[in-house]
Amino acid sequence: MEKQQHLVPAYVRKGDVPTIDLATGRLNPRFTISGLKVSYGANEVLHGIDLKVFANVVTAVIGPSGCGKSTLLRSLNRMTEVVRRAHIEGKILLDDEEIARMDVVKLRRRVGMVFQRPNPFPKSIFENVAYGLRINGYKGGLSDAVEHSLRRAALWDEVKDQLQKSAYALSGGQQQRLCIARALAVDPEVLLLDEPCSALDPITTAKIEELLFQLKASCTIIIVTHNMQQAARASDFTAFLLEGQLVEYQSTSKLFTTPSDPRTEAYITGRFG
Amino acid sequence: MSLRSGWRKCLNASMLGLTAVFAVATVSVLFFILGYLVYHGGKNVSWNFFTRLPKPVGEPGGGMANAIVGTAKLLFVALLIGAPVGVLSGVYLSEFGGKTLSFFVRYTADLLNGVPSIVIGIFAYAIIVVPARHFSTFAGGFALGIMMIPIILRSTEEFLKAVPSTLREGGMALGVSKWQTVLTLVVPAASSGIIAAVMLAVARIAGETAPLLFTAFSNRYWSPGFNEPVASLPVMIYTYAIGPYPEWHEQAWTAGLVLLGLVVVLNVATRLIFARKMAALR
Repeated sequence: MEKQQHLVPAYVRKGDVPTIDLATGRLNPRFTISGLKVSYGANEVLHGIDLKVFANVVTAVIGPSGCGKSTLLRSLNRMTEVVRRAHIEGKILLDDEEIARMDVVKLRRRVGMVFQRPNPFPKSIFENVAYGLRINGYKGGLSDAVEHSLRRAALWDEVKDQLQKSAYALSGGQQQRLCIARALAVDPEVLLLDEPCSALDPITTAKIEELLFQLKASCTIIIVTHNMQQAARASDFTAFLLEGQLVEYQSTSKLFTTPSDPRTEAYITGRFG
Repeated sequence: MSLRSGWRKCLNASMLGLTAVFAVATVSVLFFILGYLVYHGGKNVSWNFFTRLPKPVGEPGGGMANAIVGTAKLLFVALLIGAPVGVLSGVYLSEFGGKTLSFFVRYTADLLNGVPSIVIGIFAYAIIVVPARHFSTFAGGFALGIMMIPIILRSTEEFLKAVPSTLREGGMALGVSKWQTVLTLVVPAASSGIIAAVMLAVARIAGETAPLLFTAFSNRYWSPGFNEPVASLPVMIYTYAIGPYPEWHEQAWTAGLVLLGLVVVLNVATRLIFARKMAALR
């Protein structure tokens, strides 16, 4: 008991995250990853990852720099293929389909992605959100769809009067929410976020975390983060990666209070990383 | 100690002075040329020069309207040939090319850039003028267009490479195919740079004479269409400057001034467009 008290970091607020036991919880897997190995040239970054990501929850992937968490995320929508010479082994199922056999364009429409740094297109706010719809030949009210996406990304009230302005005129946090709106516009089943708050201030970060809570009803969310407080606050499940290995995968509250692996304990208590 | 530091200061000052002298020399070459052109050609710049055809020797008045229009037509043909080829191969190099092939294309473009313009003229003569058995605007524009290709290609590539890769990733992560990402995001993001590159290439070839001597040739009349010989400012300058008549020499100076003015206008316009586009992006 004494030891457990010591282990609980101050930033874990009990009750904020559901405590679903991985063994007994009834959750549908959205991604089933088995034996995933990714290497760039001769450098193997992921050494065989087995992981089930559940639908309609927020899953955080944490770990020190260079542990392969971004690579894991990018494997899920095959953005690893954009980097030349990435070699991928193993199997990733999205629902019951193997993503390697899927049409990559279709896959990425189902699995959206938001990047570390906000990367709005050099277009107006409206066109940024409408872009994905236009390219996909969306038939219907474009402005309704844009409004809907901006509302889902909690940005509508701030930009509704300046939709024709350049997206570059927005603040960093607004740009990041615009990127989320852009990804949401094509109605993905999964949203991958690669350290989406690392370039943002705490208030904006809080807004985005709040957003994730709202989004998980309609979307499966996987977030890579450097920030353990963020993982503890915003996620239901947490996977801890170290040097290309999955060390521990647990419900977030369990991982942050009673980690089963001493390396996890060392990492979350700040002894390395 | 103080002697050493004194010597160092002295050396520093003299090196600074030396570089400044050469910098001023570079600038003054341009201003010297400009001043000389204005001095010799300025007095003959008149409305007639832009609107009249050349007159026979001895008759006063007369202009180079046909050569001005001819130069514009030649540049238009060159643009139609050089811009698409240059821009598209630049896109290929920056976005699609594999390592080996890119190296080959880039190296070839650099070599093409180094081919003497008169050799390109001979080439156009051999493959267009000889089979057609006559000089033409098209042949001249073709030769100039070839000269534009490597200039446009390399600068297009540079401008596209300057587009952040996060933009490409953003597009592809939305499920947009690669060519659509390039077409709808990357190229538009670099468009002001590419337009500037194309216009600078036009300015660069506007003064080329050698490739026109035996492709577009020259004449003293209006040249209808694109299938007949056509006068151009550089060739007129060449012809008039080596002619035996003082009036011709004066007209050559004026033509030189007009040509330089054209190039300057193109340059300045490019920079203005560029600056405005960049400002709009911010």
